Amino acid sequence: MPKELLSPLPGTFYRRPAPDKPAYKNEGDEVAIGDVIGLIEVMKSFNEVKAETAGKIVKFLADNEEPVMAGQPLAEIA
Amino acid sequence: MLKSLFIANRGEIAVRIIRAARELGIRAIQAHSAADATSLAVRMADEAVDIGPPHAAKSYLNIQAIIDAARAAKADAIHPGYGFLAENAAFADAVVAAGMIFVGPSGDAIRTMGDKVSARSAAEKAGVPVVPGSGGRIADLSEAAQIAERIGFPIMIKAAAGGGGRGIRIANTREEFEQFLPQAQAEAQAAFGDGGLYIEKVIARARHIEVQVLGDGERAIHCFERECSLQRRRQKLWEEAPSPALPEEVRRKLCASAVALAEAVHYKGAGTIEYLYDDESHDFYFIEMNTRIQVEHPVTEFITGLDLVREMILIAGGARLRHQQKDIRRQGHAIEVRINAEDPAKNFMPFPGSVSGLRVPGGPGTRFDTMLYDGYQVPPFYDSLLGKLIVWDETREQAIARMKRALHELDIGGLKTTKPLHLLLAEDGEVRKGQFHTRWLEPWLEANATRLSQ
Repeated sequence: MPKELLSPLPGTFYRRPAPDKPAYKNEGDEVAIGDVIGLIEVMKSFNEVKAETAGKIVKFLADNEEPVMAGQPLAEIA
Repeated sequence: MLKSLFIANRGEIAVRIIRAARELGIRAIQAHSAADATSLAVRMADEAVDIGPPHAAKSYLNIQAIIDAARAAKADAIHPGYGFLAENAAFADAVVAAGMIFVGPSGDAIRTMGDKVSARSAAEKAGVPVVPGSGGRIADLSEAAQIAERIGFPIMIKAAAGGGGRGIRIANTREEFEQFLPQAQAEAQAAFGDGGLYIEKVIARARHIEVQVLGDGERAIHCFERECSLQRRRQKLWEEAPSPALPEEVRRKLCASAVALAEAVHYKGAGTIEYLYDDESHDFYFIEMNTRIQVEHPVTEFITGLDLVREMILIAGGARLRHQQKDIRRQGHAIEVRINAEDPAKNFMPFPGSVSGLRVPGGPGTRFDTMLYDGYQVPPFYDSLLGKLIVWDETREQAIARMKRALHELDIGGLKTTKPLHLLLAEDGEVRKGQFHTRWLEPWLEANATRLSQ
């Protein structure tokens, strides 16, 4: 049963730690609980988004630099 | 005289600029991102233009989108506000190249004063004291280490292209210095596209004092100083004018040095020259110049009676300075506190949300500059400043009492804000005596964490 990782905050979603760095995780990557999969920028402060279940990232549901709402699905983990 | 003004900013400063424009009979055209379509500035302006998606890089920082929108709206001039593109020389040049007026100094003046190293040498040439340091970009690690040993630790490593408190690291020992330098270089390269660094002595227990200037390209005047020593993570939270610490003789020298520097760079518009001030020696040192209107400009407006935003718009329209230095007088004491959407009980965690029930303070000597209205949804994409509460009274003591009264009147339902912090600061014995420095607030916040969480 795939699980959706939800954004804990409203803001801008980033998949990379910095513009010139590779993405934290790509589709198909295995993740453990607590792995960072992205950042949410809210009012200029950056908050890590961590996996709450272990598994494989099936799909990202939000793009890099996309504005997101709190509770919006960011990725599907199975 | 300008007929129309395009405002390439958002939030409370956009509202402030619209007010100044309207009083001058200038048509205000408000730029906004998709996230700001319902903003107060959009509602107030004569015309509003969507310039792109919420992410600032795609809207408020998108030079081409802004220039195109301003031309399409037939704007005479663009006001950049503060932050975003306000100190971007390429933007100032692009505005002029597109046949419009940039409300602010020339691209060249921004370049000279925006690069910390060339600003420092401009200050030295104008006879303004600077903090002991490398005196320029450092070429390599061994040269830097030698200079650091000569100046003595702690040492501040700063990005030449940085500003607003960003791109700064403090090394307490030679080992830390050697460790931080390559990191700082990589960070500066990533953040500013320029890995240039310089180093400066750390002045312990310094006050942050800055001088407001106005220039018309030939002549400059000062509008006295502001003290902004109460900072958290180098972000100002409480600002006042005049400084409670400056002897009159030092004030005269400080303000005269700011005028000398502004005239030396043919400064045009409103600007601020920032200094560190050492209470014990009465020495002041130039740190940087901000080539724009500042967040805390209302305290200067309160003690001088000037409208600084109006003056900068008039100068941009081609007017000469309307005042002689002797016309600028100060009276009484003004204090501004920043009301941010941050929860001081939870380590200043950002708190975007909806305003449900807004009560704005009023009465004598009280001003609240804000973009809030009841029902407004604060977007999470920009900084956390909701408004600035500014008070004036005849003495500093009375101004603090008035600030307390006004803070109690202020009620922003639905949001956590920095209001409780300011109420505690207004009660604090050292704040009341004006005894603080730039590193006073952070330990105070730790010591008062329990009271802040109540």
